[in-house]
Amino acid sequence: MLEINNLHSRIGDTEILRGVSLSVNAGEVHAIMGPNGSGKSTLAQVIAGHSDYIVTGGDVTYKGNDLLELEPEARARDGIFLGFQYPVEIPGVNNAYLLKAAVNAKRQHQGLGEVDAFEFLKLAREKMAMLGMDPKFLNRGVNEGFSGGEKKRNEILQMAMLEPSLAILDETDSGLDIDALKAVAQGVNTLRNPERAIVLVTHYQRLLDYIEPDYVHVLSEGKIVRSGDKSLALELEERGYDWVREAASA
Amino acid sequence: MSTENIESIVNRRYEHGFVTEIATESLPPGLDEDVVRAISARKNEPEFMLEWRLQAYRQWLEMKEPEWAHVHYPPIKFNEISYYAAPISDDDRPKSLDEVDPKLLETYEKLGIPLHERARLAGVAVDAVFDSVSVATTFKEKLFDVGVIFCSFSEAVREHPELVKKYLGSVVPRRDNFYAALNSAVFSDGSFVYIPKGVRCPMELSTYFRINAANTGQFERTLIIADEGSHVSYLEGCTAPMRDENQLHAAVVELVALEGAEIKYSTVQNWYPGDENGVGGIYNFVTKRGDCRGDNSKISWTQVETGSAITWKYPSCLLRGKNSVGEFYSVAVANNMQQADTGTKMIHIGANTRSTIVSKGISAGKAQNAYRGLVKVMPQAHGARNHTQCDSLLIGKECGAHTFPYMEIKNPSAKIEHEATTSKISADQLFYCRQRGISEEDAVNMIVNGFCKEVFKELPMEFAVEAQALLNVSLEGAVG
Repeated sequence: MLEINNLHSRIGDTEILRGVSLSVNAGEVHAIMGPNGSGKSTLAQVIAGHSDYIVTGGDVTYKGNDLLELEPEARARDGIFLGFQYPVEIPGVNNAYLLKAAVNAKRQHQGLGEVDAFEFLKLAREKMAMLGMDPKFLNRGVNEGFSGGEKKRNEILQMAMLEPSLAILDETDSGLDIDALKAVAQGVNTLRNPERAIVLVTHYQRLLDYIEPDYVHVLSEGKIVRSGDKSLALELEERGYDWVREAASA
Repeated sequence: MSTENIESIVNRRYEHGFVTEIATESLPPGLDEDVVRAISARKNEPEFMLEWRLQAYRQWLEMKEPEWAHVHYPPIKFNEISYYAAPISDDDRPKSLDEVDPKLLETYEKLGIPLHERARLAGVAVDAVFDSVSVATTFKEKLFDVGVIFCSFSEAVREHPELVKKYLGSVVPRRDNFYAALNSAVFSDGSFVYIPKGVRCPMELSTYFRINAANTGQFERTLIIADEGSHVSYLEGCTAPMRDENQLHAAVVELVALEGAEIKYSTVQNWYPGDENGVGGIYNFVTKRGDCRGDNSKISWTQVETGSAITWKYPSCLLRGKNSVGEFYSVAVANNMQQADTGTKMIHIGANTRSTIVSKGISAGKAQNAYRGLVKVMPQAHGARNHTQCDSLLIGKECGAHTFPYMEIKNPSAKIEHEATTSKISADQLFYCRQRGISEEDAVNMIVNGFCKEVFKELPMEFAVEAQALLNVSLEGAVG
């Protein structure tokens, strides 16, 4: 589904990704771990198409097409979803309105008709119940005045509504208490299926207790320095990131 | 807008003056007492009206053009403007929509303007616009049944001189300001409304009727009187772009609400703003004021301003009656080179008077958008309350938003609140929306409409939908 080959990227004059290669297939869950500043979030932003990140080398194909040529909205409509580390507040724009516009933009791209208001609300309420969200969140401004946990749940709600082919969750676990973490993990787990790939970007092992990955990769100084199965995450937890760094430079 | 442009407009008029029969009725450029007399004569006005105009003219001569507004333009040469132009003859108008600029039609399409309205807006010869005429006639009969007077100002001067004499200039005196004085001397036409005691006007007085008031010219005059216990909602303007060869527009609107009466006045103003460099746009210098003359009366202004090269406009309320209420809800959009200096004045005179101000300014391109508001509480206005909310939204890096709130409080029991915010549509917000599959343009529209929601909800339903579409069209290409 996603093929990243020797990807280089910079923001401003700072080179952040220095040759990342990664292959993600449908049905797989990958965890990308690494110390602060290793380039985890940059990788997520580059895949989503943020214009601040300049690709200086390498290529990325998604569903067989050159991903880097597409505008961010085209990538989204084609099934790429990024759960943001810091979801932005958009005061005055109704949460339900944004969600419905997003769902319809995707449906239009797929040649389907727009979803009607009743159908939309029914679906949204179902998903919210699953995530333990109060339906009143639909009528608030997008992320406006939401707590950290509420913002992250809102990201998962959007993901559940948009049913992406490739979901990248950037530090979705950061700042969550244990109940929120469980709710979010449950939301992600119900979306696991053979047609969908999920990439979890995380600093800590904790999330992986609830969402079991098929593969774990360690990113350090802009490169994947080690890949393995879920046991790698446990090893990291025990031995710290210095261990991989040393191993990488050795 | 350069002086050459004003001249070319004047010259164009002049040419026409020799070509067509009807246009020979236009007066040559310039203003003196004879011009004022000629205007009054052409309208077959009674003596009192001429006298009133002449006094206004003499007062205007002694006044100076205001310079305090946050707008910049080359000096206007008042002697190069023609102050009376006869309506364009049907022979000069397009015969059908096929002859109209396709770009204009495309805009109508985007705005969702009904088909039968398009022809009239595009200035197609009136004979070709059967639909609107029949609609207007039906409505007129319905109003006549309940005693509502709704007609052109010229007609009111002839048919209802006692009402005009009693109320004209009673809210905006002739010498109120430079442009009001000029308007008083040379006003072309406009609308007149009288709602009798206890009558609730059975319909919105809307643009449908403007078929009668077409070609009101550059100096429009509107007078609305709501007698005791009556209620009226009046809609001015139109979301469709209105082109006009007159560069300077100086309208006066007076509202009078007697005891227990309520007037809701909604405006959507979309005059031609000029091209991207600001060339060719209209100067819109308007004096709008409502007088809550009776106890428990209410006047509410709602405006959506997207047009004009320069807007200078402060719909105000004189809260004289006890417990009277004034409201002002405004969305002002300035894009490209547009300049807007707009706001309101709430003058609390009676006891327990209340006012609400909600102003939303949006600036994009290189535009400058200023809010100017005055809240004044007179010594006798015990228990007066005001709440002001003034928000600015910036799109891009080259525009400006300015807020000039004035407060003069002379009664210690007054409660005054002022909230102001300035925000920017951030790159992060746009990226977030795009990552959810929403195009950049749709994202901007979504954020702008969210920002304006509080004002749009004050508009009559149909108007609100049109206003939302209008904003989207006005800000097209504002980002990126």
